Amino acid sequence: MEAFTTHTGVGVPLRRSNVDTDQIIPAVYLKRVTRTGFEDGLFAAWRGDGQFVLNQEAFRAGSVLVAGPDFGTGSSREHAVWALMDYGFRVVISSRFADIFRGNSGKQGLVAAECSQSDVELLWKLLENDPGTEVTVDLTKNTVVAKDFTAPFTVDEYTRWRLLEGLDDIALTLRHADDITEFEQRRPGWLPTTEPMPAS
Amino acid sequence: MSRTLAEKVWEAHVVRHGSGAEPDLLYIDLHLLHEVTSPQAFDGLRLAGRGIRRPDLTIATEDHNVPTIDIDLPIADPVSRLQVETLRKNCAEFGVRLHPMGDVEQGIVHVVGPQLGLTQPGMTVVCGDSHTSTHGAFGALAFGIGTSEVEHVMATQTLPLRPFKTMAVTVDGELKPGVTAKDIILAVIAEIGTGGGQGYVLEYRGAAIEALSMEARMTVCNMSIEAGARAGMIAPDQTTFDYLEGRPHAPSGADWDAAVEYWKTLRTDDDAEFDAEVRLDADELTPFVTWGTNPGQGLPLSASVPDPEAIGDDNERVAAEKALTYMGLEPGTPLRDIRVDTVFLGSCTNGRIEDLRAAADVLRGHKVAENVRMLVVPGSMRVRAQAESEGLHEVFLEAGAEWRQAGCSMCLGMNPDQLKPGERSASTSNRNFEGRQGKGGRTHLVSPLVAAATAVRGTLSSPADLV
Repeated sequence: MEAFTTHTGVGVPLRRSNVDTDQIIPAVYLKRVTRTGFEDGLFAAWRGDGQFVLNQEAFRAGSVLVAGPDFGTGSSREHAVWALMDYGFRVVISSRFADIFRGNSGKQGLVAAECSQSDVELLWKLLENDPGTEVTVDLTKNTVVAKDFTAPFTVDEYTRWRLLEGLDDIALTLRHADDITEFEQRRPGWLPTTEPMPAS
Repeated sequence: MSRTLAEKVWEAHVVRHGSGAEPDLLYIDLHLLHEVTSPQAFDGLRLAGRGIRRPDLTIATEDHNVPTIDIDLPIADPVSRLQVETLRKNCAEFGVRLHPMGDVEQGIVHVVGPQLGLTQPGMTVVCGDSHTSTHGAFGALAFGIGTSEVEHVMATQTLPLRPFKTMAVTVDGELKPGVTAKDIILAVIAEIGTGGGQGYVLEYRGAAIEALSMEARMTVCNMSIEAGARAGMIAPDQTTFDYLEGRPHAPSGADWDAAVEYWKTLRTDDDAEFDAEVRLDADELTPFVTWGTNPGQGLPLSASVPDPEAIGDDNERVAAEKALTYMGLEPGTPLRDIRVDTVFLGSCTNGRIEDLRAAADVLRGHKVAENVRMLVVPGSMRVRAQAESEGLHEVFLEAGAEWRQAGCSMCLGMNPDQLKPGERSASTSNRNFEGRQGKGGRTHLVSPLVAAATAVRGTLSSPADLV
């Protein structure tokens, strides 16, 4: 995973709450077996509307999404994170994220920055009044800065450390392979395995 | 120290306690796979030269993409076909047991695990699918994960996780006839909201929960994710043991006795404290339906479409306005007057044998209304076979419904079973998001009883409306 320290890019105001994963990427776009190319499915149902924020020239190249509360609810599809990243987003700002979405973001290097709803409202106004405004998200200081506006954000400490260092979860876990083996030796023998059933 | 059920199961699976901000490393007892969220994880393993640590704790089935008619033919959609074929190749290469389309054990992953007896009390169960919470009905700690985590479990059989908070959802009293587990969970979600469970494991308890069958408990736990919770759990009891005994992967003989002895300890201690508590009275519940585009936007069937103007919270009011526009509904319209085009009976929420029995009992002697199409999609091929042995398929067919093969089907419309733009459904599934069942489709979430009665009358109805 690529390390993340700070990012500056055009902020995109998405004035919607409960943006669920079916809105971020509808199920019909989940059929690819590769890890790239999901940008065409991003907000697919809304992209047909000329007024949709990403269809406005000033926001088209946005990379910092500012959304309403409960962003990423619904399915566990990591495709939602891939679609946002494949489009070019590096940061999503919201006052509340769904648990699985936030976890998936942390694995891929998309920063899910939690801000207060009042700060989100201020950012929305700022970005709408001056479309194309750049937002700087600094993970070393946990701050969002746009023009003279500065707000704090939170990301859980472990995810922050992994993002700053660009560390891969599996490699970190495999440092404890001996603990895993030892745990396996303690598991009760009656626990089920999926070994093929005897023919009935 | 006294502990909740969730804390007991968590502690029993800690491979290594994290220090400071570092998460615990948790062992995973069962990993379920399907075709949609696994291909990139298998690719990741190949790229890193890793294998699956415990293929014997891993099982795969084809469910999201599979057609529910003509399953003896190749899948018509080439992209769906490639995804299913990729799962077959990956399972063969990595030595994972797979139940492919047409197999007697094929079905929705959350129906297959429990019916094989693979889901047992006190286990940790994960799958790249948010409705993994279903398995919590057995007193397992079960939750959905993303594809990166799928790869992590494949490679290590563990996940780095921080402990969840715990919430008690107590449902006292007794359900009235015609009111079901689906109505309980829709009422819970309307009560705490789609974000209310975030960060929590919900433990459902109380007399009304204890009285539920295993199928009904699975319906409740299934939709924990719609309340924002990662997992839902119900303490195992005699109902759980009776369901499990004799299933293909359940322990037997002395192992059974040892297992039951342990399972009986899996209860929240009397003086244990939850981080949050919610209480509902089952006696007050009536059939519940959703009117909007998230599962928290629900009301009793006897109510009317709400007026967004009356909602104080700005975000909720805007959300309600957008939902009503999308749903094509006017404030004040009685929910019972809403006409549907399609009724979908199935999914990991309500595609089990009891759900089919309940719906068939309502449909018996009735016909599906003109201009309404009803799809009955069993949750698994075993459920389908069981229903046929009881003659339920004849009830559905005589009523004019379509009797399909097993899969996720119209719950999410990855296969050809989709709503057309503007079409309206009464659906026993779990999500009423915009476009969930097909682009432009409008979904009302309902119980199997309401689904069947709605099919007969053509408008949202309960069985009581049929007499």
